[in-house]
Amino acid sequence: MGKLATITRRTFLIGSAAIAGGIAFGVYKVKQTPDNPLNDELADGAATFNPWVLIDSDKITLVVPHADKGQGVASAQAALIAEELDVGWGDFDTSFGKPSPAYWNTAMAEEGVPFMSTDESTIAEGLRGVVGGVLKLIGMQGTGGSTSMPDSFDKLREAGAVARETLKLAASKKTGLAVSELKTEGGAVILPDGSAIAYTQLADLAATIEPAEDVTLRDPASWRLIGKPMPRLDTLAKSTGTQRYGIDLSVPDMVYATVKINPRQGGVMNGFDATIANDMPGVLKVIEITNGVAVIATNTWYAINAANAIEFNWGDAPYPAEQEDHWQAVSDSFIEDRLDKTWRDDGDINISLADSAVFSAEYRSPYVAHQPLEPLNAIVKVSEQQVEVWTGHQLPRMLQQQVASVTGHDSEQVVFHNQYMGGSFGHRLELEYVKVAAEIANQMRGTPVKMTFSREEDFAHDFPRHIAMARGQGSVKDGKVHGIDLSISSVSPVSSQMGRVGISVPGPDAQIPAGAWNNPYNIPAYRMRAYRTPELAPVSSWRAVGANGAGFFFDSFLDELIHEAGADPMQERIRLMQHDVSRKVLEAVADMSSWGGELPANHARGVAFVESFGVPTAAVIQVSSEEAGIRLQNVWIAADVGTVVDPENFENLVQGGVVWGLGHAMNCEITYSDGKAQQSNYHAHQAMRLHQCPNIMVRGLENGSKIRGIGEPPVPVTAPALANAIFAATGQRIRELPLNKHIDFV
Amino acid sequence: MISLTINGEAHEVDVQPEMPLLWVLRDELGLTGTKYGCGIAQCGACTVHLDGIAVRSCQLRVGSLQGASITTIEGLGTPNAMHAVQEAWSEKQVAQCGYCQSGQMMQAASLLTTTPKPTDAQIDAVMSGNLCRCGTYPRIRAAIHAASNKLQEG
Repeated sequence: MGKLATITRRTFLIGSAAIAGGIAFGVYKVKQTPDNPLNDELADGAATFNPWVLIDSDKITLVVPHADKGQGVASAQAALIAEELDVGWGDFDTSFGKPSPAYWNTAMAEEGVPFMSTDESTIAEGLRGVVGGVLKLIGMQGTGGSTSMPDSFDKLREAGAVARETLKLAASKKTGLAVSELKTEGGAVILPDGSAIAYTQLADLAATIEPAEDVTLRDPASWRLIGKPMPRLDTLAKSTGTQRYGIDLSVPDMVYATVKINPRQGGVMNGFDATIANDMPGVLKVIEITNGVAVIATNTWYAINAANAIEFNWGDAPYPAEQEDHWQAVSDSFIEDRLDKTWRDDGDINISLADSAVFSAEYRSPYVAHQPLEPLNAIVKVSEQQVEVWTGHQLPRMLQQQVASVTGHDSEQVVFHNQYMGGSFGHRLELEYVKVAAEIANQMRGTPVKMTFSREEDFAHDFPRHIAMARGQGSVKDGKVHGIDLSISSVSPVSSQMGRVGISVPGPDAQIPAGAWNNPYNIPAYRMRAYRTPELAPVSSWRAVGANGAGFFFDSFLDELIHEAGADPMQERIRLMQHDVSRKVLEAVADMSSWGGELPANHARGVAFVESFGVPTAAVIQVSSEEAGIRLQNVWIAADVGTVVDPENFENLVQGGVVWGLGHAMNCEITYSDGKAQQSNYHAHQAMRLHQCPNIMVRGLENGSKIRGIGEPPVPVTAPALANAIFAATGQRIRELPLNKHIDFV
Repeated sequence: MISLTINGEAHEVDVQPEMPLLWVLRDELGLTGTKYGCGIAQCGACTVHLDGIAVRSCQLRVGSLQGASITTIEGLGTPNAMHAVQEAWSEKQVAQCGYCQSGQMMQAASLLTTTPKPTDAQIDAVMSGNLCRCGTYPRIRAAIHAASNKLQEG
């Protein structure tokens, strides 16, 4: 345990944060089950068997606490419960539930431990268990890191099974029949004579019974729902404009607000003049908030219009004002003092580089904004006794704490109504916008305030993906890749993000090397070092986080070395791959794309492989080189998630991940000048539009031993696959994102 | 007072004539199916029909719409009586977050009115003004072809 404790303290981010926060824990505390929050408001005659299932005489409600940003996780969680509970698809309500430690996310431990996801050794699994215990103890309820399915897969099926078996016990009590004679189907217990007792009719009796223990989960061969395409529960609403998002809600007597906060993020406001704004139509009042001003009006547009009429005197940014100085800081950090960690050191890289001709290259990955289409917004109502918050957020319990810190209430007094989100991509892990709304509402106690960012405000206050640089040296021998020495310098996204909620994070940041150190290649000499640049502009988690830049660096450099060696890009990657599950992913895209086959004139292909969030992912991209520029033709992508819960949604998410990854790799960056982000709206940060979208063919593999999430893993592989394809088509090696700084796209 | 016909229903609104239609729909009339995304006609989330043609409601001053006939996503069809485009969107499971999809469907419905059998190139040309951050473009293409077939079969 001594060694484990040392590793935990030194290298685990979230766990360390918890320990730094002064929480002591023992085995007993970790094993203790949090109370079921559904018991708090249980009506007479209603039954709950665990935090996920609630049944009363009217209906069945499944609680799906992982937040739905568009990835369809509300449906996927419901499917896991419904599979075991034996209810018909859609014959139930869903609820996001209320914030509770019962909904802790165990799987978030996985990314923080300093082991490759392919490492299933006792010590690696042991540490994952320890860290999972810490997360449970602090009640770390969160959605992120592609963890919803790993966290839910067993837990929610067990929740469904416990409820089912308890309902059978209730039916047995009611009828006098033995449990073994009873079956379940379609939301009812079926008696031997074929008659049915609906679960809803058993709720009051079931409520008096101790929930069943020792349930057995169904054999995958008998699954009705899992593994089959399901109509998502939100499809109808989202196909008819009837889905309500946070921005669409109204509460009685609500007023509308928007804000202008110093666009030099974290800079103060020295003064402002709202003389004109105060007299504009619809304006109720203008109030000062931290580093800025809020306009309260009778309509969001009146508020935005008036905010634009205010003159400000903004203070300086607490980071370099100009972009070139950001790059300089990153470049200057490849020094011993700033070594965050040597993440991998296989073989002897010094000998490898001394023996062979050395190839060198340098790469860059820029700041990129999240900018989901629903602008950040929140409704907050503050009263003496409580604070109510309506918005979509990925960290409900942290939201309660942060809102309470603004209004002076206790966390438990913050009533949070989580909402479907119009996208997130990591944006709704941030809490600043909720705190802003709480600050306004706290100055207007009793009046509910709907605060909406204008798109320009949202861009100005996005915490973008971190910038990073890499320097690689490599060697080839006998037509094969022999040595890779890759160093990455970057600011720490985790430290920046956690710093905003007051948590100091010791130890290396696993997101700096993610996607570069963990690819399970058997390269004779392979060293990967991460350097930490001191904080620059505040940054955050951006869909797939570190693996975007680091995956681009590593796979691009590998591709360059394969070219130097004169080997085939696909065959050499397959030869080097030591991990069977990963090799099959590469073989899948080779098969799907008929790699090596004849191509039309001016067409060429690139391949890439990046493992992130435990998901080995490979892609082949085919481009054509035309007079107007590069045209994307086809993408073939394969990923192994162990079990595909819903093949339809899986395909949609992977295609979306490809569009997301490619669109930003091709077209987007955030740059700073005068301390402000220069890109203010979508015209300057377009990502992909439909005319640039290639055909995208998807294959989900199920060879892995654990279930994994698919929200993020399709993203990192896209940038290197495209850059490699462009090289194959044109001979031009692009080592900096976005690619359109160096080449035109049709 | 400004008089508007929205989804066949007459409305009177008391707002500044400069207010974009988008904010009349959302904050005055509670028709929130039409979305705010960018405010500068770059994303298409606010697309509605003005006399049958797709337009960006964030750019339409309500004062210029006296007597005009406007259709929003709520008027295109309802969950119980969907337009062919909405049926296709539902069957193809286009949406992820879904926030852009009202605008996508309004644009697609308008496209199919003028071009009942669009090619991929025509779809690309007309639909590229509608941004989808989730990247549902492959399904949007497929759904437009499916909706086209539904409308042809009548």
